[in-house]
Parts: sequence; C-alpha cells; structure tokens
Amino acid sequence: MSEFLDMGGYAGYVWPSYGLTLAIVVLNIVWARRLLARSREEARRRLAMRGGAT
Amino acid sequence: MGWTWTWFHRLGSPPYIYGLAARLTPWFAWPAGALIVGGLYGGLVLAPPDYQQGDGFRIIYVHAPSAWMSLMVYTTMAVSAGIGLIWRMKVAHAVAASCAPVGASFTFAALVTGALWGQPMWGTYWEWDPRLTSELILLFLYLGYMGLRSAIEDVQRADRMSAVLAVVGVVNVPIIHYSVTWWNSLHQAPSVMRLAKPTMPPSMLIPLLLMLLGFTLFFFAVLLVRLRGEVLSRERSATWIREAVSP
Repeated sequence: MSEFLDMGGYAGYVWPSYGLTLAIVVLNIVWARRLLARSREEARRRLAMRGGAT
Repeated sequence: MGWTWTWFHRLGSPPYIYGLAARLTPWFAWPAGALIVGGLYGGLVLAPPDYQQGDGFRIIYVHAPSAWMSLMVYTTMAVSAGIGLIWRMKVAHAVAASCAPVGASFTFAALVTGALWGQPMWGTYWEWDPRLTSELILLFLYLGYMGLRSAIEDVQRADRMSAVLAVVGVVNVPIIHYSVTWWNSLHQAPSVMRLAKPTMPPSMLIPLLLMLLGFTLFFFAVLLVRLRGEVLSRERSATWIREAVSP
C-alpha cells in the first residue's frame, strides 16, 4: 500500500495532479447545480412579481 | 429534409430543450461516472509503470483528458456561438454560454497537471513553448469570453458580442493541436490521436480511452444541467416557466 502511495518516488507530482483534476470534476457538478437552482429561484421570483397575472 | 428541419426547429424551442435536457442528463452522468472510476482504477493500479518515466507517467490519465476537454469544449462553444449568430437561435447561445466555465476549469487543470508532469520529466514547471503558450492563450480566451458576458447587462447583446469572440478565437484550437508538429516543442507528440497506430500497449491505452470517453460524457451531463439554467434565465414571459419551476 505504501509502495502504491509512493508512486515510485513521483507521489508529489502524481497525487496533486489527480487531486486537482477530481476537485475540478466535483466543482463542475456543484457549479452547474447551483446555476440551475439560482435560475429556477429567479424565474420563480419573476412569476411572483407579476402576481399570477398570466 | 422535412423532418430534419422540424427537428432543428424543435431544438430551438426552449420548453422542448428544457425538458429534453432534464431527461437526458442521467444517461450521460452515470456512464461518465462508471467510465471515470474504471479509468482511474486502470490507470493507477492495472497499467504497468512506463519504462522511462516509471509511475510518473500516470499523470497522463488526468492530464490528457483535461487537455482534450479544453479543446473539445471550446470547439463546441465556438460552433454553437456561430449557429447562434447565423440563425439567431437563442438556445445555441445558451449552449455556448454553458460551455465556458467548464472549458476554463479543465484548461486550468490541463496547465497545472502539465506543470506537475513537466517538473520531474523536463526539469521545469513552465517553459514558453508553443504548446504550453497556446494552451495558456486558450485559458485567456475562455476568461475573456466569460468576462465579456458578465460585463454586458443585456443578455441578447452579451450573447452576440461574446459569440464573435468565441468564433474568432477558434483559430487557436488547430494551433494548439498541431503546435507539437509545426514547431520544435518540449511537449511530446500525440500518442493516441494520430492517424497511425497508437504507440501505447493496450494495458496503458485502455484506461486512457476510458478516461477520455468518461470526461466527454461528463461534459455533456454538466452542459445539459447548465443549459437548463441558461434557457430559463433567457425566458422573460413564457408561461411554460411556471411548469418548469413548479416543485
């Protein structure tokens, strides 16, 4: 296991690369969901402002 | 011709796109997750160490997919922006706007993982090399596109202005791709995307292909979620919004 984590001496380059890339994958999920939630919230507000006139 | 035209028109219809995007998302998201998990296992555990770079070469399994994303997402963005400009199609502009933050983040990942790979192999984190410099310009194009959009209040104007930037900037994509062939670059020549047979053994190549496909599907899953947000924020008066946002 420690041999695996050592990555043949390249641990200091391999793990930060994987960590950063996977963090960006996760961030993209968070950002996308937040954008959609915010747009829905804003759309709901626009509808409420018109007081159900439609 | 008849039905393709009808289909093109339906793709331009916000309620249709909103519903379609919602239905399609899981079909991209779950296979993407499975492919990435398989690719990580193959790349970190199953693939043998490289005969020259040892375990350091494993950075390729995150670096190459990130670099591929940076180019593929930009191309998608420029083509959609172009369609938006030519046919004045709101949905196409919404697709382009959805691409930018995804592309920018993976361009950043490609640059940083490249630096982390360059240090042990070339002895430097950064060099003003054609491949590296043109990839950095790509990051600036994405950031410029996003900056321009956020600086313009009116969405339709922001769509048109940023689309022009996206279309003009697409010349950088072939420059990045061919930079290692045209100029004498530190960066290695392509080992997968080439006309001749790939230079890697299958045990190394298969995890890379899983990662490339997984990241591509991941992009489309994220794009579909963002697209719903962008489509919704472009609709001012449509009554279908009431249906879309009802819990």
